[in-house]
Amino acid sequence: MNPASIPLLSIITFLPLAGGLILLFLPGERLQKWWALLVSLATFAVSCLLFVWWRDGEAGMQFLERGQWIPQFKIQYLVGVDGLSLFLVLLTTLLTVLVLLFSWTGINKRLKSYLFLLLLLEAGMIGVFVALDLVLFYIFWELTLIPMYFLIGGWGDPHSGYKFLGRELPWRIYAALKFFLYTMAGSALMLVAILVLYAQAGTFDLLELQKLSLTPNLQLWLFVAFGLAFAIKAPLFPFHTWLPDAHVASPTGGSVILAAVLLKMGAYGFLRFCLPLFPQATKMFVPWIAALAIIGILYGALVALVQKDVKSLVAYSSVAHLGFVILGIFALNPQGLAGATLQMVNHGLSTGALFLMIGMLYNRRHTRMLEDFGGLWKQIPIFGFLFVIVALSSAGLPGLNGFVGEFNILLGAFQANKLFAVLGTFGIILAAWYLLWAVRQMLHGPLIKAENAAIPDLNWREVLTLAPIIVLFFVIGLFPNLFFDKINPSAEAVVQALQQQRPAVSMVLDRLP
Amino acid sequence: MHETSVAVPAIFNLVPILPFLPLAAFVLIVLWANRDKKLSAGLAIGGVGLSWVLGWAVAFTTFGIEGFGEPVRMFRDWLPTGRTWQAFGFAVDPLAAAMLIMVPFVCFLIFVYSVGYMGVGKPESDHDERGAPAEPGHVDRLASRFFAYIALFATGMIGLILADNLIMLLIFWEIMGLCSYLLIGFWFARKYDDPKQITPKEAGLKAFLTTRIGDTVMLAGIFLLYAQTQSLSFADIFKPETLERLATTTVNLPLIGATPWATLIGILIFCGAIGKSAQFPLHVWLPDAMEGPTPVSALIHAATMVSAGVYLAIRTFPLMQAVPHGPAMQFMAFIGAFTALFAATIAVAQNDIKRVLAYSTISQLGYMFAALGIGAYVAATFHLLTHAFFKALLFLGSGSVIHGMEHGHHAGMGQQVLGIRYSDTGDQYPIPNTHAFDPQDMRNMGGLFRRMPRTAWTFIIGGLALSGFPIVTAGFWSKDEILSDAFNGHTVVFITLALAALLTAFYTARQIVMTFFGAPRTAAAEHASEHDSIFAWMTVPLMALAVFAVAGGWVGIPREFPVLGALSTNPFHHYIEGLAEALEIHVEELPFNSVPLLTSLVVALGGLTLGWLVYRKFGVGAGLAPAHEGDREGSPLQIPDPLARPLGGLYTVLRNKYYFDEIYHAVFIRPVQRLATWLYRVDDLWVIDPLVDGVGKLWRGISEVGQWLDTHIVDGAVNGLAAVIGWCGGFVRVIQTGKAQNYLLVGLVTVSVLLGAFLLLPK
Repeated sequence: MNPASIPLLSIITFLPLAGGLILLFLPGERLQKWWALLVSLATFAVSCLLFVWWRDGEAGMQFLERGQWIPQFKIQYLVGVDGLSLFLVLLTTLLTVLVLLFSWTGINKRLKSYLFLLLLLEAGMIGVFVALDLVLFYIFWELTLIPMYFLIGGWGDPHSGYKFLGRELPWRIYAALKFFLYTMAGSALMLVAILVLYAQAGTFDLLELQKLSLTPNLQLWLFVAFGLAFAIKAPLFPFHTWLPDAHVASPTGGSVILAAVLLKMGAYGFLRFCLPLFPQATKMFVPWIAALAIIGILYGALVALVQKDVKSLVAYSSVAHLGFVILGIFALNPQGLAGATLQMVNHGLSTGALFLMIGMLYNRRHTRMLEDFGGLWKQIPIFGFLFVIVALSSAGLPGLNGFVGEFNILLGAFQANKLFAVLGTFGIILAAWYLLWAVRQMLHGPLIKAENAAIPDLNWREVLTLAPIIVLFFVIGLFPNLFFDKINPSAEAVVQALQQQRPAVSMVLDRLP
Repeated sequence: MHETSVAVPAIFNLVPILPFLPLAAFVLIVLWANRDKKLSAGLAIGGVGLSWVLGWAVAFTTFGIEGFGEPVRMFRDWLPTGRTWQAFGFAVDPLAAAMLIMVPFVCFLIFVYSVGYMGVGKPESDHDERGAPAEPGHVDRLASRFFAYIALFATGMIGLILADNLIMLLIFWEIMGLCSYLLIGFWFARKYDDPKQITPKEAGLKAFLTTRIGDTVMLAGIFLLYAQTQSLSFADIFKPETLERLATTTVNLPLIGATPWATLIGILIFCGAIGKSAQFPLHVWLPDAMEGPTPVSALIHAATMVSAGVYLAIRTFPLMQAVPHGPAMQFMAFIGAFTALFAATIAVAQNDIKRVLAYSTISQLGYMFAALGIGAYVAATFHLLTHAFFKALLFLGSGSVIHGMEHGHHAGMGQQVLGIRYSDTGDQYPIPNTHAFDPQDMRNMGGLFRRMPRTAWTFIIGGLALSGFPIVTAGFWSKDEILSDAFNGHTVVFITLALAALLTAFYTARQIVMTFFGAPRTAAAEHASEHDSIFAWMTVPLMALAVFAVAGGWVGIPREFPVLGALSTNPFHHYIEGLAEALEIHVEELPFNSVPLLTSLVVALGGLTLGWLVYRKFGVGAGLAPAHEGDREGSPLQIPDPLARPLGGLYTVLRNKYYFDEIYHAVFIRPVQRLATWLYRVDDLWVIDPLVDGVGKLWRGISEVGQWLDTHIVDGAVNGLAAVIGWCGGFVRVIQTGKAQNYLLVGLVTVSVLLGAFLLLPK
């Protein structure tokens, strides 16, 4: 079979959407669950073909599909993946399967809508990672907002009340609203920037746009407009405050997708758009963004340290981890970029697993407060064993996945700016501190609370949910070259593009109709 | 795969599997054997035993290679970092081979000992708690987990000594750190009556985080090294031209000024060693690490992991020495010598048998760093090896003592139980009163010599070796070599180390006297014994280690030593020299000098005698205290230490370890926690999130204004317009009658007027 003849990326992107639409007409919760799982499994299986048919050593886009969509405005249907996006696509398809597995029980209302929204979300996320036309990208980018908004608002934290503007809102409503509006505010500017780019260059085609050079002044403004959208999504300090609310108030499945994939859209945006399109502005902004990343690393870790709710502990830890990713990207060298790309996947896996496990515990105990646990290792040893592995992966223990990413990021950072790198390195100490603190509070010590003495250990479905992630921890940690082989050429290309001289944009403007 | 100038015997092909044999045991235990404690123990012992045999085979092969110095390397590309690759690889050189003699063998002995210590083979007691020590005569309920952990640890240590580059070293270094954390906190459910006493779970966290500080600084050093050399492989870094470049190119540091890269990187990497080897100022974790089971203390916190810091410093010695006798070396000498003395003073005032040994370990590791700092490369390596044997011996001996005391406590207690507990099946269990009694406190002991002779003999041999008892013990030869190296131009270091050696001999004598001699001070000591079957497992390793604690030093007798030197070829020096030559390190065999020799004789014998004299009478005549009574009148815990009065306030300071825990808590931990709490408030309550909410509220405010404008002005205008129209409509209504005739009439009149105007008006 000739890989080139199959529109793989379109299949991966629209399979969940088609499956979701069919799902709407299916009766019976059992059937719906199986159908959704089947669709996501099929999507995952097809996405694995990307890995299998990958041409190693190539820096450019693979599995490229190009078609006219709205010719009047030169808007194309243009999708493709390179080393930077490949693993994000795989991460998305894998985690959707796992989230569906996790949600087998525990969703007590409107199951069909829940499943539909998850599949819709999956389509949107994959679209973001494969789209190479700016309009197409923007549409997918916004598409992810809607299902996420409904997931948080509809199935989120049932308890807490939240006072906002003098009236009592359920917290999940507040969080959903905040998430939606905050991200929207960022992406509105991005839309303007996309239109300005079109006005300048006459195309939405990213591959074409990458070849041009814009005036430094214009680069600056466009970088800010794009960068703000990405900084909010990533999130970069100080644009992070939607994150703890959204993560904590969200249902477990939502938290997993949020942390594991949606945040990566921000970091990926920097990598895919800001660096190649605005190289001079990028270099100008490096100290600022790196400083914010460092602040995020230390700040997120410190704040995580004092959380009483384990879910918000993990939420703040994401701020710190994404700080590392951004630091790696803005090291602007191959080590940093490649490390950041892999670290996005690593964070997705380890934080995804953390949220899954917290969700499993929540399903048993209906609490997430650290003080309500203690001594769980005796009661639920399988949970304890896996939780320690996941925590250590998140803390970057050598031999597990977090280490190889962090190591490359810091190698890159030390070559770029030693002061920033040294400061960032201290984040590692804090990471060990808050994660092992959580382990200590939850698992160690005597079993004090009587409620904890009756909870059952993980069942086979839950172990099955976590198993692929744990296996990947070790695969990435022990055989990092399997991944770097595919990432490195693309990372290298981005770095080289940053140095290149490009034709001025006016030459293109002449060709405008 | 190979890269060496010497013809390589086939046995070297087995080197890469050495670390993975215990790892296989770990995996098998975790995934398969964890329900069977005997099988788990067997797997762990089998794994590390195979490593031991193969390791010795490899090491002895290297002894046969004349002029062996260049490392035999086996590696392949593993981790791509940008355009360079980091290798997954192992290497054997004389240093690694010398460590291969010690590490797997000590691991093996301690694994065997653990079978007895954890009570494998004994019945499981239903009312023992998981994650807390088992009662005497029962197996620990998590014994399988214990063997899995220590097997993983052995992987870390063996991998570390064979590592071919810094990243491999780092990986195994961290694996050991993890195992240390897990094993210190092995009894994670343990809780003490005294809320101030540190629990295992806290001690584990403390150990992990404290060493992590050193690790992180070291990591920074490694990254800087990579940034300078684009490589982390020892073979590349230690090339003379690379070292030359690192020593001559400088970096401008704030406050300090121009510093050679080699110095900066050397110091940063050494900081990792400070953390791992518990040197001042990161020493605080090691004494608390004694909360772990005693085999762990012997294995990780005496013989192997803590000495990994020294090993790292020896390994990276060419880098440290790139600037000869530069600041990196001086720093190392200072930290080492200071720690050696500082920790020894604390050890004098401790009463916990394991904590005395812990401080002693810190002090001895300081010895090794001091030796390295003054350039005594071979002596440091030598002391590292001999120390591992006798310190493991001492720890295992102390574990035997503790078990003996627990047995004695159990036996001596009779009917003294707190109450009866009922199991699920309705069986009755007595709840023993174990809380008030501390089997590790030396004040509760006394007179154990006659009750536990095998333990006592071996412990005393270990203690003498630690004190450097002349001629017969290994400790004497290695310590003497350090002292004579220091005497050669490093007077301050020499005096400090001599003082430390005096204190070492003193507290060792104190420990031996308080534990084994005099009359038993409690019923537990009175009834202590080593007759239980578990002691068979425990005392055999003690004897094996005792042999090495004595004979281990004979390989390093200097040729110039009076009388004995003539019999010795000093094979150790000769062997390590091969490596030193390969690395172009200058190692000299010093001319014999009687001053350091006399000094080491005087401090060792003097310290021992002094300790004997001071503590001979400890607790004599105090009588036998009931075992279960803690701090009551007549308890041995009330006996004042003979040093308490003469030392006065200083004794209290030493007793409290110079208050380092308290100071660190007040200066670092609390402020960080406060800062974190404050930041969280800034984030959530005060600044950042309120800003976001504020923007939301602002927009909402604007839209409310808009709504007001809308209702009152815009809509008002619309409504007003409608009103005007309506009002107008009122007028129009007059003519809007609904009668067709009227409309026709109006139409007719209008048309006539327009037509008339059209025709009559001029064009």
